[in-house]
Amino acid sequence: MSVLPLNYYSTVEDDGRSEEEKLLAFEAKINRGEKIEPTDWMPERYRKQVMRMVQNHGNSEIVGALPEREWIPHAPTFKRKLALTAKVQDEVGHAQLLYRVVETLGKPREVIIEELLNGTAKYSNVFNYAPETWADVGVIAWLIDAAAIIRQLLLREGSYGPYSRALKRICYEESFHLKHGYDICVTLALGTSTQREMLQDALNRWWEPILGFFGPPDNDSVHTSELMRWRVKLKTNDAIRQEFLDQYVPKIWELGLTLPDPKLCKDEQTGVWHYTEPDWDEFKRVIQGHGPCNAKRIAVRRMAHEDGEWVRRALAAAEHNESIPVH
Amino acid sequence: MTDTQWLTWEVFHQTQRGAPHIHVGSVHAPDAEMALLMAKEQFARRQACVNLWLVPTHAIYASPYEDADIFEHGTDKSYREAFGYKVRDRVRAANLNDEDKQEDIPEEA
Repeated sequence: MSVLPLNYYSTVEDDGRSEEEKLLAFEAKINRGEKIEPTDWMPERYRKQVMRMVQNHGNSEIVGALPEREWIPHAPTFKRKLALTAKVQDEVGHAQLLYRVVETLGKPREVIIEELLNGTAKYSNVFNYAPETWADVGVIAWLIDAAAIIRQLLLREGSYGPYSRALKRICYEESFHLKHGYDICVTLALGTSTQREMLQDALNRWWEPILGFFGPPDNDSVHTSELMRWRVKLKTNDAIRQEFLDQYVPKIWELGLTLPDPKLCKDEQTGVWHYTEPDWDEFKRVIQGHGPCNAKRIAVRRMAHEDGEWVRRALAAAEHNESIPVH
Repeated sequence: MTDTQWLTWEVFHQTQRGAPHIHVGSVHAPDAEMALLMAKEQFARRQACVNLWLVPTHAIYASPYEDADIFEHGTDKSYREAFGYKVRDRVRAANLNDEDKQEDIPEEA
């Protein structure tokens, strides 16, 4: 017997079972609450879907670090600068963890990086907008990270083992991001009238992209029900959006701020939030590359990749053979 | 493009001396020293860490999940478990200090 491809998806040897039997066993495993590991048999649609989702998540972490990174030199205090730098480092680290998960499903990271640069792979639309003021940095870190945490805490309970384990670590780190963002927003809300106006202005500009973060309403019900059955998706986009509104709108109002949506209110009878749907045509237009910052984000990513070329070459050339004995 | 696929290294993280090393993930690196550097940045920048182990992924020999039946016991092995012995029940039932009942000591099944 050869050494197994421990962390990589590989075609599982033919064990005589029919496709039907394999699928039943796969679904039974998920129903028992067990995780699917890279070396397990999985339907091709499951592998493709998890891969697409995790790759998108990884790209969102790495691109999401870019708008915030612009503000590191302009942070108002040394403590804020340290915290923001740490957050940016975390996001890039999350991308690394997630790219490893994508690799377990059979796509090498060289290809993942290439697909981000040539535009075939997507990332979260929200990062195609520009952070114009310091208040934007607070709103992004508080509310976009809150939106991400709500989604990721759900996905952590999903069926794919390596993704679930990576999310455990990611959620732990994101909780500092959220607190740091909340702290910035509260500081501005309790500050001078100029600071309050700056915060309100940031919220007005970011509200629609934030609502759009959860994606359009799921209407392809067949597709969605399969993903739910396989625990790739745990709740519909609308259900997660409702959870976000329920948890965060009261916290926003508590700071004496308003939200730019006259329809926004909670039906106390049903507990359902009413809101104006984000402009989904605009959403699609931005995803397809026509947002205010798409080109800029990819250009910075490409510059970083090309500028780092010599480092990768140096590492590959270095012949270190010594290693540290463990005990 | 320079190939940065490199080897993968499995990372084992120890939070304090005496605690076990726990597998936390893996990193790409061209050699052990770089793997240690990458793993330090990735897995030891937040939680306490006193020691990291890096093991080339290909050096790990794993049992296949499909063969999980190799760990099942074919026969009842409760005789090698503490729960397999209900000694106290028998002692209580015997009630050895009650002179009237001394005749009725149950025999071991």
